[in-house]
Amino acid sequence: MSEFIQQAINGLRMGSVYALIALGYTMVYGIIRLINFAHGDFIMVGAYTMIFVIPVMLGFGLPAWTAVAAAVIVASAVGVTTEAVAYRPVRKRGTRMSALITAIAMSLFLENLAQVLFTSNPRVIKASIFSLPAVQIGAVKIDGTTLATIAIAAVTMVGLQLFIHKTKMGRAMRAVSEDKQASILMGINVNRTITLTFAIGSALAAVAALMYCAQYPSVMPTMGSMLGLKAFVAAVLGGIGIMPGAMLGGLTIGLVESLSKAYSATLTGGIITSAFSDAVVFGILIIVLLVKPAGILGKNQGEKV
Amino acid sequence: MKMPQEIKKASTMNLIAVAILLGAIAWLGFAQVFSSYIVGIFWLSCIGIIMATSLNLTNGFLGQMALGHAGFMLIGAYTSALLSLAMVRADVLAGEGVQQLIRFVICIVASALLAGLFGILVGIPALRLRGDYLAIITLGFGEIIRVVIQGIPWAGADGLGQGSASPVLYKTGLGFNNATKSHYMFFIALLTVLCVAVILTFIRSRFGRAIISIRDDEIASAASGIDTTFYKVMGFAFSAMFAGIAGSIFAACYSSLNTGNMGFMASVNYFVMVVFGGMGSITGSIVAAIGLTTLNEALRSFDEYRMLVYSVVLVLMMIFRPTGLMGTYEFSLTKTLGRFRGKGAGKKQEEEVQA
Repeated sequence: MSEFIQQAINGLRMGSVYALIALGYTMVYGIIRLINFAHGDFIMVGAYTMIFVIPVMLGFGLPAWTAVAAAVIVASAVGVTTEAVAYRPVRKRGTRMSALITAIAMSLFLENLAQVLFTSNPRVIKASIFSLPAVQIGAVKIDGTTLATIAIAAVTMVGLQLFIHKTKMGRAMRAVSEDKQASILMGINVNRTITLTFAIGSALAAVAALMYCAQYPSVMPTMGSMLGLKAFVAAVLGGIGIMPGAMLGGLTIGLVESLSKAYSATLTGGIITSAFSDAVVFGILIIVLLVKPAGILGKNQGEKV
Repeated sequence: MKMPQEIKKASTMNLIAVAILLGAIAWLGFAQVFSSYIVGIFWLSCIGIIMATSLNLTNGFLGQMALGHAGFMLIGAYTSALLSLAMVRADVLAGEGVQQLIRFVICIVASALLAGLFGILVGIPALRLRGDYLAIITLGFGEIIRVVIQGIPWAGADGLGQGSASPVLYKTGLGFNNATKSHYMFFIALLTVLCVAVILTFIRSRFGRAIISIRDDEIASAASGIDTTFYKVMGFAFSAMFAGIAGSIFAACYSSLNTGNMGFMASVNYFVMVVFGGMGSITGSIVAAIGLTTLNEALRSFDEYRMLVYSVVLVLMMIFRPTGLMGTYEFSLTKTLGRFRGKGAGKKQEEEVQA
């Protein structure tokens, strides 16, 4: 039983990383109906920023996690630039298909740019990001990194909810995602709102990068693609465009992944081994899309002819 | 209306042109004129052509964005490799020459059937979705296929009974050497021409028209009595079948298979070909497949910059020319010749085609 709880806590840790990334996907999808394939690569941008900033921060005598501030700024800048340079002109002229192709192209661009700049060899963050003591509850031991990860995720999500629901900017975001045309008529600057959404989404990706690197300190150009895909699955699972859905979906995916890695081999008599864990995640996506395409928290919408 | 006689004339001319092309390739291949480097590019171009034209069927003509095409290619490649390996180990048609050719053909047929079957299996659930969701679900299926093949004990290492679960299959059972590859140039070219011809015929048939009408307006075509689900799944499975054939050629091209090379990035690679050439233009796909494959090989030493440039070009293309280089243009030999003979004649024919 204690092993099960241990696995579940690991799942929650990974799940909170997925949740933060999924929030970025969901916010962007909610506002411009685009799957931002490059979102996973914003994580990579954040991680590389930290690689360079952590030694500087340590030099100033600050703890390593403060490097996340720089990561947030750089990732937001990259996110906003991506939107302004690529997505906006395509959105003006093209169809949704061409927007999606642009998103894939931007993802390729960022990955290959990183490959050119930093080579494809993984770089390791040597400093430990959170140096917190482990907590022992009965037979279950929770290490400091896990606690910090879950705590940061919780604080960020609550903060985001407050921002979306209590501020004017947040209200503008919700308005644009509900009806773009009407919100233009209400005097909302739609383009600025979209830019803000991208900035926040990328900032969340940078925070997720901090949490991810605290556990797996190896950084490489393609690290974002799988992470991004799984987070996207999480966003779809919860109901894309719905923020609490992204959180729920992220945690679910984290739990399922962790538990399926640990127990699928014993449960299926060795047929489905831990090597299949990625397939399990995509399998969940497929089942969700078939059973309830709108996601767990989503409402089915009829189609207008 | 075009006169049947003109159609007859046109198809004879096309046949002669294709025969000349194939004859030239056959002569060059059997005489082993080219270096193994050029032969390799030729093989990869043929694989690219089959992959791009078949993907164009789903993306351009059916209008459904599929991102898992490499998954079907993977199925085809592994089917061929393992089947051939089994035949060699069982000493059935294990020899060189004609026996090898028959073995190859059997493998191709098996690959096409199996990939087509998986196309149906994947297509039925996936095609209930549209647009972005379809892109993601096909991507998911592609990854699942890859991960599952990696996990199958007899599809890794030495294969079959001596295998173990791993991303690399070292013995493919086909894996032609350079001289054989040169000899098979004719066969591969013939196969590619056949595949393209079948895809073209399919598009121009009743089924193809149904598929195009679904692209243009799904609700309207359903209202006109087209069984949209059936035609969507059919188009998708058909396209998967050709990916299986391409995979089969791929297995013959290399002595080992690596699932890592045929993941999401490979799908994107073929997808880029389709987009560059123009979604809805078979000519465009062929030109893009040959062009990009050759460029890929020529720019091997700049490999890391290559993808960087591709991605920038892709974005620029989406901004300035979202229809791709060719749009929906199709090359026609008779029309081009007509234009050479005299502008009036060419124009007249064009008008006739449009009417």
